Amino acid sequence: MQVNEQTGFVPTIVAFCCNWCSYAGADLSGTNRLQYPANVKIIRVPCSCRVNPMFILRAFGRGADGVILCGCHPGDCHYTTGNYYTRRRMTLLCSMLDYLGIERKRTRVEWVSAAEGAKFAKTMRSFAEEIAALGPNRRLEDLRVRKSEPEGRVPDAE
Amino acid sequence: MRNKLVERAKELLADGTVTRVIGWKRGEFSYDVTPAVFETAEELEKDFVYDGFCGANVSKYLIRESAKEGKILAFLKPCDAFSFNQLLAEHRIRRENVYAVGIPCEGMADIGKIRSAGIDGVTGIREEGEEFVLSTLYGEERIAKKDALAERCLVCKSKRHPVYDELIGEEGEDLPDDARFEAVDKLEKMTAEERFQFWRGELSRCIRCNACRNVCPACTCENCVFDNPDSGLSQKAAADPFEESMYHIIRAFHVAGRCTDCGECSRVCPENIPLHLLNRKFIKDIDELYGAYRAGENAENKNPLVSFREEDAEPSVVHERGRA
Amino acid sequence: MLYLKAEKLDAFLARAAETRKLYVPVDSEPGRSSYREWTPGTAVSRGLHTTRSAKDFFFPQTENLAGFRVEDKKIRVIDPRAETEDFAVFGVRACDARSFGILDKVFLADPVDTYYENRRRHGLILSMSCRRPAETCFCKNFGIDAAEPEGDVRFTDDGDGWYLEALTEAGKAFLDPLADLCEDRDPAGAEAAKEKTREIVDRLPLNDLPVGKFGGGKTKELFDRPEWAELSEACIGCGTCTFVCPTCQCYDIRDFDTGREIRRFRCWDSCMYSDFTKMAGGNPRLTQKERFRQRFMHKLVYFPENNGGEFGCVGCGRCLASCPIHMHIVKVMKRLGEDENEQ
Repeated sequence: MQVNEQTGFVPTIVAFCCNWCSYAGADLSGTNRLQYPANVKIIRVPCSCRVNPMFILRAFGRGADGVILCGCHPGDCHYTTGNYYTRRRMTLLCSMLDYLGIERKRTRVEWVSAAEGAKFAKTMRSFAEEIAALGPNRRLEDLRVRKSEPEGRVPDAE
Repeated sequence: MRNKLVERAKELLADGTVTRVIGWKRGEFSYDVTPAVFETAEELEKDFVYDGFCGANVSKYLIRESAKEGKILAFLKPCDAFSFNQLLAEHRIRRENVYAVGIPCEGMADIGKIRSAGIDGVTGIREEGEEFVLSTLYGEERIAKKDALAERCLVCKSKRHPVYDELIGEEGEDLPDDARFEAVDKLEKMTAEERFQFWRGELSRCIRCNACRNVCPACTCENCVFDNPDSGLSQKAAADPFEESMYHIIRAFHVAGRCTDCGECSRVCPENIPLHLLNRKFIKDIDELYGAYRAGENAENKNPLVSFREEDAEPSVVHERGRA
Repeated sequence: MLYLKAEKLDAFLARAAETRKLYVPVDSEPGRSSYREWTPGTAVSRGLHTTRSAKDFFFPQTENLAGFRVEDKKIRVIDPRAETEDFAVFGVRACDARSFGILDKVFLADPVDTYYENRRRHGLILSMSCRRPAETCFCKNFGIDAAEPEGDVRFTDDGDGWYLEALTEAGKAFLDPLADLCEDRDPAGAEAAKEKTREIVDRLPLNDLPVGKFGGGKTKELFDRPEWAELSEACIGCGTCTFVCPTCQCYDIRDFDTGREIRRFRCWDSCMYSDFTKMAGGNPRLTQKERFRQRFMHKLVYFPENNGGEFGCVGCGRCLASCPIHMHIVKVMKRLGEDENEQ
């Protein structure tokens, strides 16, 4: 687990991995006994292009502190061109989140092939470290889901 | 101008070119016009208006109207024509059922601006040169047209109609874009913390009335994800700030590359949230990253979000930008 | 009669805020205001209306009704209700003041809505007469006197200050300890101020709506009128009119899974939305025309039918000001009223 040693903060990280490259890459890092932080939760998707911007936002809403999207290297998409669209889409989304003042480092896109088990583990380690240093996600979280504070918006505080 | 339009509409109705006319209908106080379909010369004569308060974009109604039998005459301002063209590109409108007449626009006034200039109780408005003369409950007031102009018109993108069957008045030109992105620029130059506070302040006023979505000529899904009670999203509850952010990001994202920047979202917002600044950010990013693109310019253009180039920028360009 | 000078307002509010939370309208930008909690230095808006109505204080847009948590294989029901603190709302206009009575008829009728009742019991209404009604005001049609609003304490505005009058026991209890900040003046001044308001109200452009064409028992007459199609044609189906309305009271109840518990909350619903009254068997109002009709029939026919003739509209004009396409209750009333005259 990746922990911020000063604050004791354990980030929750969601990784969307495409079935053909990155998920297989994660598998490979497993069979090679390469460690990556246990607080990275992998969600397998058929293609990185399957990831709707809403998936990313909802991951944040449901308590993720960082979201990373991994797919095949551009040019290597199992469906030929899926990840090219992903690239444009995620560039715009990252830019928009930045524009709204949400820490830009919380969202990342990486290309990891099925042969890159070591890169997968390294990427996850570095991302988890970065998020641990950044602290909990407070700007794009759903307060109702937060573990320490059971109440959401207080109705008559308007 | 109004009389010219009515005359032409009556001719086209009479010679059978069209069976219906979509335009703007007179309201109670001259600023509260309603988009409406007219079927007879009498109705046109009685209630059709075209003046500085016809900001409502009628192109979205054409989705429904063009599916009906018979041809409809649509009076399109340049903004409306861009939206109309974009809808054609998306095959949402049956072109053969619309007779599009491009009409000139000198910019539309915003009653909200008149009210915030301290003029209240406005019961009637007439144009006099460069001024609006307002009869109010508390006497006559005057305001320069440019002070009453909607924000979107102050930074008008074009006076040109990208599509029409017939043009009334002289065709205008595209206008320089510099001013249009000033506000976006300003926000980009702020720190993340400042931007966050700015948007929190704006979006926290949102009452989730969905007017921005429903009025948007680019929002044409048969069933919006936010209207699906099984989606787990609160479509109508301002339940949590997160929901507000998500709603507005997704709304703007879904029209990215298709938004013509007609500004209807900001016009209709009852809380006056500058929603166009979200859309413009996408337009600016698309222009900068993927080359200048204008939605609605051309019905054959390919939306930048459903096309790509191998040498496109990586998402990490965002992370490498100047300020944190 | 008690009279509070304008320059004493801050001192008055400061003292009032000692005993309870105090909400006042505050300008968020010129011509636009919303209610905020009063804190020292807050500038009270002199505008006519807040963008959202004052119903939010008693019937908020979202509120939690119950929570469910599984503990040791048993479901525990969590009741989030707690006694509300006392609070007061300042600057409520006559239309909004009347709207509480309308909401009461819904929420305080048997079975009593305890969430609403809790807030209502603790909320004090400090109402304010109008001095500059807007062109969109039409409260007079519904028998509301903008010069004499209801409430617990009535503030009659004469431009330089306010004549104060406690209308209820609670209002008296609130006002008595503040009397030393006021001076004593001849009530004739208040009457003069009221007359002035009434003079303006009398020349408002929307005073002669065909109210008589509506009311209880008119369902059959109005329900199938062909004009509904034309009126609802331009409606974009947003919820603006219902969410700014002081009397719209429809709500939806939903569950939210927080991961640890289920939270059952209610939120305002809007008859303009496609899932309004959607139920297991389907939706009885499939098109916008039916949903649009529902809003106006509810306010103008069904509500009076069930509540001794009282209309479900107070004429505040908020929907006139904020409807994106300006299709609102006044146009509906005029259109439906006018055609009948011709027949």
